[in-house]
Amino acid sequence: MSKTAEQREPLFEVTDLCQYFHIARGKTLKAVDHVHFTIYKGETLGLVGESGCGKSTTGRCLVKLYKPESGTIKYRGKDIFTYTKEEEKQFRKNVQMIFQNPHSSLNPRMTVKDIVGSGMKLHGLATDKDVDQKVEEILKEVGLNRDHMSRFPHEFSGGQKQRIGIARALAVKPEFVICDEPISALDVSIQAQVLNMLKKLQEEMGLTYLFIAHDLSVVKYISDRVIVMYLGTMVEFADSEELYQNPMHPYTQVLLSSIPVADPKLVRKKKRILIKGEIPSPINPKDCCRFAERCPYATDECRNSLPPLRELKPGHFVACHRAGQF
Amino acid sequence: MDNNILEIKNLQFSFRTYGGVVKSVRDVSFNVRKGEILGIVGESGCGKSVTSQCILRLNPEPPGFFEGGSIKYRGEEIITKTDKEMRKIRGTEIGFIFQDPMTSLNPTMTVGKQIEEVFVGKGNMTRKQKKERALEILRLVGINEPERRYHQYPHELSGGMKQRVMIAIALVGNPSIIIADEPTTSLDVTIEAQILDLLMELRDKFQTSIILITHDLGVIAKMCDRVLVMYGGKIAEKGTVDEIFYETAHPYTAGLIKSIATLDTSKEQKLVPIDGTPPDLFAPPKGCPFAARCEFAMPICSEEQPEDHRLSEEHICACWLQHEYAPKVSVMKGMEVQK
Repeated sequence: MSKTAEQREPLFEVTDLCQYFHIARGKTLKAVDHVHFTIYKGETLGLVGESGCGKSTTGRCLVKLYKPESGTIKYRGKDIFTYTKEEEKQFRKNVQMIFQNPHSSLNPRMTVKDIVGSGMKLHGLATDKDVDQKVEEILKEVGLNRDHMSRFPHEFSGGQKQRIGIARALAVKPEFVICDEPISALDVSIQAQVLNMLKKLQEEMGLTYLFIAHDLSVVKYISDRVIVMYLGTMVEFADSEELYQNPMHPYTQVLLSSIPVADPKLVRKKKRILIKGEIPSPINPKDCCRFAERCPYATDECRNSLPPLRELKPGHFVACHRAGQF
Repeated sequence: MDNNILEIKNLQFSFRTYGGVVKSVRDVSFNVRKGEILGIVGESGCGKSVTSQCILRLNPEPPGFFEGGSIKYRGEEIITKTDKEMRKIRGTEIGFIFQDPMTSLNPTMTVGKQIEEVFVGKGNMTRKQKKERALEILRLVGINEPERRYHQYPHELSGGMKQRVMIAIALVGNPSIIIADEPTTSLDVTIEAQILDLLMELRDKFQTSIILITHDLGVIAKMCDRVLVMYGGKIAEKGTVDEIFYETAHPYTAGLIKSIATLDTSKEQKLVPIDGTPPDLFAPPKGCPFAARCEFAMPICSEEQPEDHRLSEEHICACWLQHEYAPKVSVMKGMEVQK
């Protein structure tokens, strides 16, 4: 990323997004709590965190699958909840999603041609006559061919299904794609195939990605900037190199040191930070640092007030009272 | 060697299905020594889970059946044992930690009951002794407030807790081998690190042998003493963990190592995927199962099965490239020598 922030064109601006689920009287599950970020055109923004940290919910908010409790989401400068019918249709075309589980996100009763082609027809990108040819083109892009067009999803392997899911998302020529754990359901040797393909397609089509995953190595590999989330809140936000070289939030440090590295000699040398306990429940969380319970550096301040996201270095945001002190 | 507690020779296991006979495990041999952690790594469908379940005869028979080979636990043949005899081994001699803690615990039984169930029909312990032992084991696996957990049902526990209960069940009978089938796959990284540390600790404390099945090379590197790499129902390569990672001999192992993104992978670097998909075990290929995806494949590879070539005392590789007439290549660098 050689361009400075001013030159980059913001695509999504998310301000103070909160998504709560009211699950019973007096019980509120705060899935996403005051999240704030901007996605620029052409970049890949990574979103990492453990299960239940709100990363998928954030992604789903961006495609209007949920109506957030508060906060605004602007796409190209316009609030996505104030669209007219025509604008709405454009938005639905421009913003696409690749889902986590390829086995359950394809309609089992539709052929590949229908899965990939129906969006194209709806948006006027293909007619009944040339839909075959257009579908074939896009299938070729993702490494499938003509023979696959009339088959049903159950006839494919996991990796192939995920390719179909990707073809479906890309068929309508979107600008922005949300990849929600696109490779976590695939085998190791297939993961690399799909990752390489996503990278190639991004270069060719000038796509912008929001890449959601729990695997830090994968996120580092594909992203320009990375957000780390914990229990609904953003804890750290920085350029990916910076984040991995110089993690400032204790949670990020723990995450990085917990990854099993595929290099036995390195593992033996590696210093590890261990934390006790498990992720607390996101239902009615206390108004303090969410990580305080498990944090080795927590003080009374951490247990009493929610740390704001501070910019400690240019472009490096951390939500921790004691960041930089250890 | 005398400290082998489990010896598996030429094991072949298949399933009869409507589509034909699936040859899941084809000619697998290895042994497990006292106090070691043996890793089995491979993709889904490579036969790693079936192999491990054969050891406790957990595969349904029929449709599954042994086509040949032997499994010897402390010199005793497992394959010919009756169900009744097997029950004496399961839990007390060999423990099993299942892959998915969310679904492998009985939702209608309390945690305590499930742990004590291991003792049913074994020895004559009083109720009180059983409970004491169960609480002791819960404490050992790091569960807080064991007295309260003892009376709780699985749905009241988190994923990491459930996995700890699974480990407690596997441990309570003091087995000499624990088979852990993807024990951390469904867990988050911070919890995964805790569980793996716990397994290591238990090994050091009780000299229990652990067979660790996983598809994650990171877990293998961290935990194991020796490693088996399986592909298409066969062992592609086996050796000590250092030999597998630093003296990689089989193209499939090399492919696995090259295809994962690590923290050191720079963004400009391309991942090297293994093209194609794993073989169909209904009709396994005549030659090497990996031949169709292998960049080094020679004509003989798809014709004849490669023999095991011994590279060092522990390191064995089943690949034609090791044959004396084969061209000398570096499997890690790829076909063309780069810069």
